[in-house]
Amino acid sequence: MRGAGNDPRLGERPVRGFELPESLGGKLWFWRYIILRRVVQLLVLLLFVGTFRWGWSLAGSPVLRGNLSASELLGFVPLADPFAVLQLLLARGAVASRVLIGASIVLLFYVVVGGRVFCSWVCPVNAVTDLAGWLRRRLGIRYTVRPPRAVRYWALGLALLLSLLLGVAAFEWISPIGMLHRELIFGWGLGWVAVAAVFVFDLLVVKHGWCGHLCPLGAFYGLFGGAAQVRIAYDATTCTQCGECAVVCPEPHVLDLKRAAETGMIASGDCTNCGRCTPVCPENSLRFGWRMRI
Amino acid sequence: MSPTRRSRRDFLSQAARGAAAAALGGVLWAHLVREQTHASLFVLRPPGARPETDFLSRCIKCGQCVVDCPYDTLRLADAGSPYPVGTPYFIPRDVPCYMCPDVPCVKACPTGALDPALTDIEQADMGLAVLVDQENCLSYRGLRCEICHRECPVQNKAITIVNHPRKVSKHAIFVPIVHGEACTGCGVCEKACPLPESAIKVLPRRLAQGKPGDHYRFGWTADTPITQEFEPAITPPEETTGDAEAGLDYLNEEIP
Repeated sequence: MRGAGNDPRLGERPVRGFELPESLGGKLWFWRYIILRRVVQLLVLLLFVGTFRWGWSLAGSPVLRGNLSASELLGFVPLADPFAVLQLLLARGAVASRVLIGASIVLLFYVVVGGRVFCSWVCPVNAVTDLAGWLRRRLGIRYTVRPPRAVRYWALGLALLLSLLLGVAAFEWISPIGMLHRELIFGWGLGWVAVAAVFVFDLLVVKHGWCGHLCPLGAFYGLFGGAAQVRIAYDATTCTQCGECAVVCPEPHVLDLKRAAETGMIASGDCTNCGRCTPVCPENSLRFGWRMRI
Repeated sequence: MSPTRRSRRDFLSQAARGAAAAALGGVLWAHLVREQTHASLFVLRPPGARPETDFLSRCIKCGQCVVDCPYDTLRLADAGSPYPVGTPYFIPRDVPCYMCPDVPCVKACPTGALDPALTDIEQADMGLAVLVDQENCLSYRGLRCEICHRECPVQNKAITIVNHPRKVSKHAIFVPIVHGEACTGCGVCEKACPLPESAIKVLPRRLAQGKPGDHYRFGWTADTPITQEFEPAITPPEETTGDAEAGLDYLNEEIP
């Protein structure tokens, strides 16, 4: 990737690599999105835990009752996992209007802010797989099986098919996301085994294995990423194609820079809007932007 | 070999591999799900829970019933528990259901896995209390324990005390009898039993109760009117008339 001598657009501009700033402030600024993501993830979790364990309420209504599968915000806004509700719908042929409304609200939100924003900003497993990815880099583990990224769409299809055949929401029964999230809120059990399995799988078997290749929930949200309003904007005029972004990106195939140069943004639904690529870009060619204004 | 033919062969073999992997994954997945959904023989569900299969197909595992339960009766099954993962249950001996009149757990349920039609908590059907151990029950041993009877929230309806006179030399015993039509399965009796291991236990109805035939008429019970206009459920076939020789009325007729 490094070096772009054969691209006429770039001319004679030198290709600079990325360097982590020396100062603490510079480092924190560089880590701004990862810090923000952890804060958002923890905050969402804390609202659920606080409402259940410590009875947090606002004007007499529970702040956020339930969990990511379905919840109620401030006692009147229903929220629900649209993928779980779709499975229930297939399992039974009908669902209660409350979860249907909740799922619509959540789906609408993610369609606006970027389908897989859920994955990198809300999902509790993200911290686990990020840690595995970080350790992988730190320990220099290069071995990886390379299953096609499309496996997750097969998993998505299977989840829906099995829901139809078994009459229960199939993914909800085996989801390590659900297990981890429920047990963080409602009490610890053996869910950590599934989460540890995901961690080891990501660390030793497949790079970005769970989130990038298997998870049907991520695949589901990915379907709606194509219409998302918040996207990473790409400035082809300043890009030197140094390849730093592809090194940190958990879904590097979305950084199809030729296509991005045409559309002016990272359009793929697989992009999780995690923001890793923006601070790492030495030329500031990648930035958060609104689709409308790109 | 032309490039198109090779690519077609590649495509077919890839598709076959994909289908095989999907089939294998699907079978494993289905097995895991069925393992979970069948593991629920002894589980007690919150008030208003629909019949188990129906309940499992509706529950989204959000735990909102657990959050709104004011007595911390309800719990959400974790992955290590013997109950279907992520679903709400309760263990009466730990914390029974105290039968809130406003039924907050049912109101919290967003999917209708807990039937919103349940508004009167006395109509709840979480299970059935069964005096499983008559050998150790203090009442059966002749003591006037009757704690289960006095603690029962469906007072004098779900559990009554019936006296059984015994031999002349011993005093009568007073035993608790559970009435299935009134018992809600809340488990307050199981919690209250003073034995180290409760002699009365709440079981899911499908384990605890038989079912009488729909056509049974209990003519001796007080609320069944005694009437001469009894109509059998099955009408007997009409008597055949015609050439057939009449049967012998041997009580009234002479034997020829």
